[in-house]
Order: sequence, then structure tokens, then C-alpha cells
Amino acid sequence: MFKFIIRRIIQTIPVLIGVSILVFSMMHLVPGDPAQIMAGESAPKEQVENIRERLGLNEPLPVQYFSYIGDAIQGDLGNSMRSGREVTEEIGTRFWVTVELALYSTIVAVFIGLIAGVISATRKYSFADTSLMLIALFGLSMPNFWLGLMLIQWFAIGIDLPSWVPFISDTSWFKPSGWGSFQQVVLPVITLGTGSAAIIARMTRSSMLDVIGQDYIRTARAKGVKERIVIYRHALKNALIPVVTVVGLQFGGLLGGAVLTETVFAVNGMGKLIIDSIMARDFPVVQGTILVVALLFVFVNLLVDIAYRFLNKRIDLD
Amino acid sequence: MTSTPKHYENILEIKELQTSFFTKELEVKAVDGVSFTIPKGKILGVVGESGSGKSITALSVLRLIEEPGKIVGGEIRFKGENLLNKSESEMRSIRGNEISMIFQEPMTSLNPTFTVGQQIGEAYKIHQGLNKKQATEKSIEMLKLVGIPSPEKRVHQYPHELSGGMRQRVMIAMALACDPELLIADEPTTALDVTIQAQILDLMKDLQERLGMGILLITHDLGVVAETCDYVAVMYCGKVVEFTDTKTLFKAPKHPYTVGLMKSIPPHDHDIEGDLSVIQGSVPSPAEMPKGCRFAPRCPFATDMCRENLPDLMTDENGNQIRCWIYSDEWDGDPEVNVHAETERTS
Repeated sequence: MFKFIIRRIIQTIPVLIGVSILVFSMMHLVPGDPAQIMAGESAPKEQVENIRERLGLNEPLPVQYFSYIGDAIQGDLGNSMRSGREVTEEIGTRFWVTVELALYSTIVAVFIGLIAGVISATRKYSFADTSLMLIALFGLSMPNFWLGLMLIQWFAIGIDLPSWVPFISDTSWFKPSGWGSFQQVVLPVITLGTGSAAIIARMTRSSMLDVIGQDYIRTARAKGVKERIVIYRHALKNALIPVVTVVGLQFGGLLGGAVLTETVFAVNGMGKLIIDSIMARDFPVVQGTILVVALLFVFVNLLVDIAYRFLNKRIDLD
Repeated sequence: MTSTPKHYENILEIKELQTSFFTKELEVKAVDGVSFTIPKGKILGVVGESGSGKSITALSVLRLIEEPGKIVGGEIRFKGENLLNKSESEMRSIRGNEISMIFQEPMTSLNPTFTVGQQIGEAYKIHQGLNKKQATEKSIEMLKLVGIPSPEKRVHQYPHELSGGMRQRVMIAMALACDPELLIADEPTTALDVTIQAQILDLMKDLQERLGMGILLITHDLGVVAETCDYVAVMYCGKVVEFTDTKTLFKAPKHPYTVGLMKSIPPHDHDIEGDLSVIQGSVPSPAEMPKGCRFAPRCPFATDMCRENLPDLMTDENGNQIRCWIYSDEWDGDPEVNVHAETERTS
């Protein structure tokens, strides 16, 4: 196990190099000159040239890249061109906001997805199965920024209810923006988690259907095991193996989805930081943030592989 | 719950069992009026080709038939009580406790995510209310009983760490955990290689003698029947065609189908000259089941009577049963027919 973790950490190095080269070159391919943006539209040519010199933008690209990587290895991701603050500092608090958002969304998605998937699988072709899978298809097809806007409309701005509805007069239960309190967290988490919940539900259903047909499930029944325990103990544990892969990949997808969700709900996380920095051609921040996200993604998949070992005893990590 | 009648001679009595599978268009009668009995502490072999309804009969006894299958008629009397009248929870307390089952595929019949000990121990936890530690101890005892070396180590291993023969031993240990009175073994040795087959059969027979349980042994291997069984039921297309004790079956098989099966075993005491005997044709599909005797289209003796009318299962003075017109008084073919010789000649 320990050997495996070390090996996996070493394996992340080429991944991170690849990601950094990709991000670095893409940032230099997009039109727009950061020096010009920093100096302002009507700044004199010499001033722009000065800024460019100061930022090292006149050096050849490989030189720029290697000096960047050299610093990055020592934990220095450079300074923001916009604010002048260190990139690590810019990411700092925002990192945990995005991790929280993705984590809560994953938890909600796994919880709802598993329950829906198991219900669907155990009542194949029933009304419950058909409606759950229809809802899942809907959840899957819905773009999450649109869902976010609709949720804000319905549950933050709220709908005025007619007077005959008892106890409640409108539905403005949650806050449309920000992060931290329960009222602020609910809508972004639903927005971000819906798609994953749908995928997990569909995956769980097909995986469960496959497992329920296996010989060892019949063995369990022949032993006198209660049906509920057959499903939740004997079948689900096996059905989870492919689901865990999907959850790991989904978590990565959620980090991407967080970009849109954070923008819609004005959540000050890494996603919003990336968007704002791209708009300002703030290269160091964009590069730094994407590197951190990539690192996070690799780390989560490492956790998934370790979780595998506990579910599937046939996998020997070392 | 009804009280168990104290006196019963047969551990299992199946009468006119009918199990069907329903598709949109048709009802497939997988088991169509099967009857046989297993006396206390005896071994009954059920033989037949694939698709003859052997396994479905076995699963019906435990009421483990899954949708779209259904037991549509008959009686399954276990210790004198009809299992078809039991509630699901009553059935659960019988399964794995009084009646247990071993399956054909040891490679896939054990749950890959639980240890051997967890899987055997579960039976003790369910039926005897033992705790985890006691269940593990009992599991080790069972592993020892079925001849698994170093059971203290094996009990904590997962199925993938064991060979096929070992896994089948584990299945047997699991099945015998709660001292069942009836063991159903559905082709327990088919997936194993020959030397292991013999070991497993010996083990089952040995345990059967020690524990005094009845066994319903399903197989398509007449060699296995000869070695292990007290009685034999030969099945064809969801029906029992011959039911007798093993000695009689091998000495004087009566049904042309049984005779055909015997002839298709290669003799091991002399070389075969020419081709091995085969039964012509193939098992009819359930949708095109013949009107008369199910075996008539493949039977070298079939007359119009056989093709038109389904014979009943007739019982002779020794209690042996046969479903064939040749042995009835109404037979319209050659009264001097010799089933053995004829089969030899036509092959």
C-alpha cells in the first residue's frame, strides 16, 4: 500500500508537467497582451514596454516556462499581474471554498444517486424505475448554469404563493450569492451535484442489475439471507466497484463545473478566480490555479484507487 | 405455524410439480409434472440433458425461482409439510438451515468481496444467532470437516485466493453449516477437473453417511450416479421418464432415452470399434413440444400411438416408475421389442 502511494505520487509528476506546458502555451496563444491590459488602453508605448520588460514577457517562451517551473517547485507560483499579491495567497482561502463546494456536491450526488440507482435496479421496469431514470436523464441533460439561474429564480428571489397556501407566503428560502452559511450553500450544491447524481444513479442501476444476476447472489438467498441484506450487503458492495470510478471522475468534473456554478452564484472560489484572471490575462494566477486543480484531481483519483482496494479484494495495489 | 408431523418416511416428496417461465407470447413449461421422493438419509440422482428441467426442479424446492418464472402447480413436501404453503419468512428459516444447496460453478458462486469465514459464518449468524467470534470458530470447524488444510488461515481468505476444488469445498462447508436434513447439489462437480470431482463426491458421500442427511444430486453424468446415488430419476423435457433404484437402472434400463444415455457412455474396459452411439436428433424447443411422448421424435421404437398420446408415469410392483408406452398393455408396436438390442442395432 505504502509503495503504491509513493509510486502514484511519482507518476503525478509527468501529469503535472504536461498540464503546466499545456496551460502555459495556451495562455500565450490567446489574443491580448497582459502588459497592455495592465497599463490601460491609452497608455504610451514606452510604459507598456516597461511593464513587459519587468514581467519578463520579452524572454523566449521556453526560458519563461523554465523559470516559472523552477519557482513553482519551490512553492512560488509568482505574483498576480492584477493585484501584485502572491498567487499562492490568491488561491489560499479560495481553494477551500471550491473543495467544500465540490465535496458537498459529491456527497449529495453519491447519496441521492445510490438510493435512486438501487431502487431502480430492484424494481426494474416499474413506475418508480421509469420515473427515476427519466428524472436522471433530465438532470444529466440540463446545463448547470441554467439550473443555477432557475434555482435562484424559484428559491432565492422566490415565487409569491397564493394566499390560500397555509404557513408560507413565498419561496425565497435561500440566498442567491456568496458562500458560508447554510442558506448560501444549498443552491450551488444542488446546481453542481445534480448532473453527478444522475450519472451515479444510472451507473448504480446498471451495475446493480448486473450483480443481482450473479451466482453468488443466489447463493446468499439459498443461505436464507433476508432480501434487504442480499441487496444492501451482498449486492451493493460488489456493485459499488464501477460506481467508485465514476465518482472519482465526477469529482474532477465537478471542479470544472465549479467554474460555472461559482460564477452564477458569485461564490469566491477557484473557479471564479480562473474566470476573472483569464479576463484580465493574468497569466500567473491562471497557471497557478489550474496547476492546483490538476493536483487536486490527481489526488482524488489516488484516493479512488485506494478505495478500490477495500472494495475489490482481487486488486493488489503493490 | 403448523406443527411438524413426527412421523415421516421421506425427507422430500415432490408431486406433480409444475414450474413455468412466462414470456409475452408463451408459457414455457420448464418443469412439467415432476414427481419423485427421497427417503430419509438417501441420495437421489436426477439425470438429464441440459434444459431437461433438473436445475429448475432443484431451485423450485427452495422456492428460489425468479421472475418471469413461477411454480404453477404441484406439491413439494419436506418432512411431510408442503413448502408451497409456507410464507417467505418461513422459507428463509428453512433455506441454508434445514435444506441447503450447492451450485455448479464454485468460481462464481462465492461472493468475491467477503472472506470465506464471513460467508460460512453468515449461516450461523442467521439461523443460530451466533456472534462474530463464535461464527468464525464454527466456520473453522466446518472447513476442517470438508478437508481444507490450515483452516485457521483459510477462513480469513477471499474466494479468489482459493482453487476451484477448494471453493467447492467451501460451498459444501457453507451448505452443511447448520446440519441440514436435505442437501441439494446442482452439478457440484461439473466445473471441476476429474481428480477433484472424485474427491468432492467422496467427501459428499462420506459426510452424508456421517450426518445422515438426504441428498438431491443433480448431474448429467451417469458415472457420478453409479458411484453415489441410491435412487435415480431420469428427466427429459421437464418430465420424469424413469425412476428406480440405481442398481436396477444400470442392470436393466427401461426407457429408450435412458438406454440411449447409457449407450453414449464410452466403455472403459475395451476399445470402441467405430463411432460412439448417439441419440439421434436434439431436445425439442419448448415452443414446439411434441404432442405425444416428448421423446417420440428421437425414439427408434416410436409408433403413431407414441406420437399422439403422452404416456403416464406407471409404477410397477417394485415401486419403479416408467413413462413409456412400450411397458403398457396398450402398446400397439411389436410386443416382443427388446429396447437394448434395438438401440444397439440402430446406432
